[in-house]
Amino acid sequence: MNKKEKRIVALAAAFTLVFGVAPAANAMHIMEGYLPPQFCIIWGVICVPFIVAGYLSIKKTLSEHRRAITILAMAGAFVFVLSSLKIPSVTGSCSHMTGTGLGAILFGPSAVSILGIIVLIFQAILLAHGGLTTLGANTFSMAIAGPFVSYGIYKLCRILKINKYVGIFLAASIGDLFTYCVTSIQLALAYPSENGGVMVSAAKFLAVFAPTQVPLAIIEGILTVVIIIGLETYAKPELKGLGLVNGGED
Amino acid sequence: MSKTKKTIISLLIIAGLIAVIPLFTLKGAEFGGSDDAGSKVVSEITGSEYEPWFTPVMETWIGGELPGEIESLLFCVQTGIGVGVIAFLMGRLVERNKIENKKNKIK
Repeated sequence: MNKKEKRIVALAAAFTLVFGVAPAANAMHIMEGYLPPQFCIIWGVICVPFIVAGYLSIKKTLSEHRRAITILAMAGAFVFVLSSLKIPSVTGSCSHMTGTGLGAILFGPSAVSILGIIVLIFQAILLAHGGLTTLGANTFSMAIAGPFVSYGIYKLCRILKINKYVGIFLAASIGDLFTYCVTSIQLALAYPSENGGVMVSAAKFLAVFAPTQVPLAIIEGILTVVIIIGLETYAKPELKGLGLVNGGED
Repeated sequence: MSKTKKTIISLLIIAGLIAVIPLFTLKGAEFGGSDDAGSKVVSEITGSEYEPWFTPVMETWIGGELPGEIESLLFCVQTGIGVGVIAFLMGRLVERNKIENKKNKIK
């Protein structure tokens, strides 16, 4: 084999590797049928008030700022994209981001529960990823708990007068990470360890999810900041309506 | 190039690097889902292989597991829908901005 041929073989091998790896990935969310029925029902019921609040919140925002619907669609699409990208992580397994931080910052946490549940239903039905029986639990972790933490951190950073972009970065990445903490706790509640109970098994699940998720949370933070910078440049009127950009303030 | 553009590009490069580096540094790693890792922990804790009590509806419909290729196709569709919506709306906003800037100049 001469040098050129070798290079072609190497390229072909790399190609195979990349595409052979991708379909094997099967990231987080609690798997279909992995939660006992009573837990599915409890988590589902817990979600209901948030979904209702989300519906009302979106309705109110849209009736006040008709044009914000563009931004809402973008926030929804952002969740769609980020939760479909499975990214390799330092632990040697893949996971994906949630993308819910952006919506939480722009529209408040309850609105995101609607965006999140749309994505989760899509993935549960078509992709066998997550599941219909675990929809309640997954909605709670990804579309409710995560966004609420994001929103809280964002507001806290505003109060503490931390640089806005740093605040957005922190909000999105910690919200993403928190989603996985909640998932771990949900699994732990359903499967308490025999010696040590819920806490021990929560730690075990966290040990699986957390290290994988940290780099992804950072990526999510960065992407959220990028999108917000983009929106600030091109969609100032809408953001003003949503109270994110206040006149001349940075 | 404006400062914002530079910031955005460098941020995107960092994000890309974080995503890609593990692929090169962890040679031979399997990169399975942390989902599977989760089910392993479940069986470790319960002490027996856990039997899911409900199979995904898609698998019931087609009578078997979703082929890997089809799964990646569906994931691509999901990404495509998202990117399409973002790109379309962003494009509209950019154009609107241009037109408004022009109008302001004329005034």
